[in-house]
Amino acid sequence: MPIVKSERWPVRSGEDIVRVRQIVRRWAVELGFGLVDQTKIVTAASEIARNTVDYGGGGEVLVESLSANARRGLRLVFEVKGPGIQNIDEALKDGFTSGSGLGLGLGGARRLASEFSVESRPGEGTRVSLTRWK
Amino acid sequence: MERIPILKMGEFLLVTIQVDMHDRLALTLQDDLTEMIVKNRAHGVLIDISALEVVDSFIGRMLGNIASVSRVLDAATVVVGMQPAVAITLVELGLSLPGVRTALNVEKGMELLRVSLAAPNGHADRQK
Amino acid sequence: MRGTSSRLPEIIAKHEQDLLDQWIKEQTSSATRRPDLLSEADLREQSRTLLSGIRNAIQRGRLDDITGSEWQTVREVLNEVSRGRAQMGFSPSETATFVFSLKQPLFARLRAEIRETDPLVDEMWAASTLLDKLGLHTTEVYQKSREEVILRQQQDMLELSTPVVELWDGVLALPLIGTLDSARTQVVMENLLQKIVQTGAGIAIVDITGVPTVDTLVAQHLLKTVAAARLMGADCIISGIRPQIAQTIVHLGVDLGSVITKASLADAFVVALQRTGATINKEH
Repeated sequence: MPIVKSERWPVRSGEDIVRVRQIVRRWAVELGFGLVDQTKIVTAASEIARNTVDYGGGGEVLVESLSANARRGLRLVFEVKGPGIQNIDEALKDGFTSGSGLGLGLGGARRLASEFSVESRPGEGTRVSLTRWK
Repeated sequence: MERIPILKMGEFLLVTIQVDMHDRLALTLQDDLTEMIVKNRAHGVLIDISALEVVDSFIGRMLGNIASVSRVLDAATVVVGMQPAVAITLVELGLSLPGVRTALNVEKGMELLRVSLAAPNGHADRQK
Repeated sequence: MRGTSSRLPEIIAKHEQDLLDQWIKEQTSSATRRPDLLSEADLREQSRTLLSGIRNAIQRGRLDDITGSEWQTVREVLNEVSRGRAQMGFSPSETATFVFSLKQPLFARLRAEIRETDPLVDEMWAASTLLDKLGLHTTEVYQKSREEVILRQQQDMLELSTPVVELWDGVLALPLIGTLDSARTQVVMENLLQKIVQTGAGIAIVDITGVPTVDTLVAQHLLKTVAAARLMGADCIISGIRPQIAQTIVHLGVDLGSVITKASLADAFVVALQRTGATINKEH
């Protein structure tokens, strides 16, 4: 999947969450997303970013703009080092709070994205990836 | 430190949120509002979110909290001006803002507050 | 053939003006010339720019690959020409002929400059392949432009075909007509929510009398719209649910929840009026 542009940003504080929202908004606008799509991906980013800060102990996000078969997309990959999620399926159910506390954010964010994946290795960390295609 | 201004409008309080709030600012707002409700013996709170382009579950919870705390202090809360894109996203997110009454704009919000104050239990039929 | 080993760059450079004149003569005498759409002056300018662009590109880059950065200027010129002509109403052939008509003068020049058969054939082949690629490029850009025009027209038609009507102070109606697909429904619904904000209407009636079938996705969009309107502080009534659609909704297991539904737009209107506090009095 051709990655047109990518940037890495820290997600460790409340200010970082605000900044992630602004960055994702800017990229979404650049990619030509309509207002509703923009709002969806920015909100999803905010959810995961907040989880990353509050329950992951802080991590990073890789923001990438994609191009595949004349389709443009925006992908966000949040990475957190830590205990990981024991049961991903459970975590994706709304309202669930695991030991690492990734609650409403995951399930909700998944609904807002075109593609969504969570990888977690207990003791190593968690990677949440969400993509929105135009 | 920056704070979100709270205006007094008769027996109501009006909060206009115009910045992308970070967590501390949101918590400070809740504290300030609670204080002002008591200090002014306010019976209604209007929160204008027409400038907010993103409402995530954190902000949603904050709005819910404000409504709950206000109710305990005998004040009704109405959130006004939600943007369509935000509403659509919240529906998709599965966030229904329970216990939060909404209106399209400040004018209608005040109308809703007056109606709910006129009814003895303050129970307008727009409760979600 | 790399630019360096071919004689094309040198030949084109040396005879550029002459080639240009011949090429323009080809174009103006061609059956696809459209003097009504494109002036001679513009035609000359476009041709001049393209030819000098080609000369530059083959001096620096590959003859067999027009995707390289050396060909950027040429691609941009072709993009502009293609888009312009697509919008003006030229056909794809008429647009591609712009490039293809360069073949004749170029081959004539090559024949004059190269005496040996084999090298001549090689050069003509290289030149032909190059111009074919450039010509095809214009066709693709042309296609894309037309698609953009069609998309824009569809958008316009969409807005025209689903107008939101203000039935009363504070009451909007959206009569949906025709089959609804997922994409169209989303656009229409966003439009309705926008209008609710703009007019400050507290009630919106979505009438689906004119919709023959409703599938799960469309039903879900309708319900999401009602939920979104509620979140914003307005209410929605769905009216005009035909018997078949009612059965489909139940069959699909779609939960209407607390959404108000009325059989007809008229009934919905009465409910809406009552909500706004209005009463209707008949004079006898």
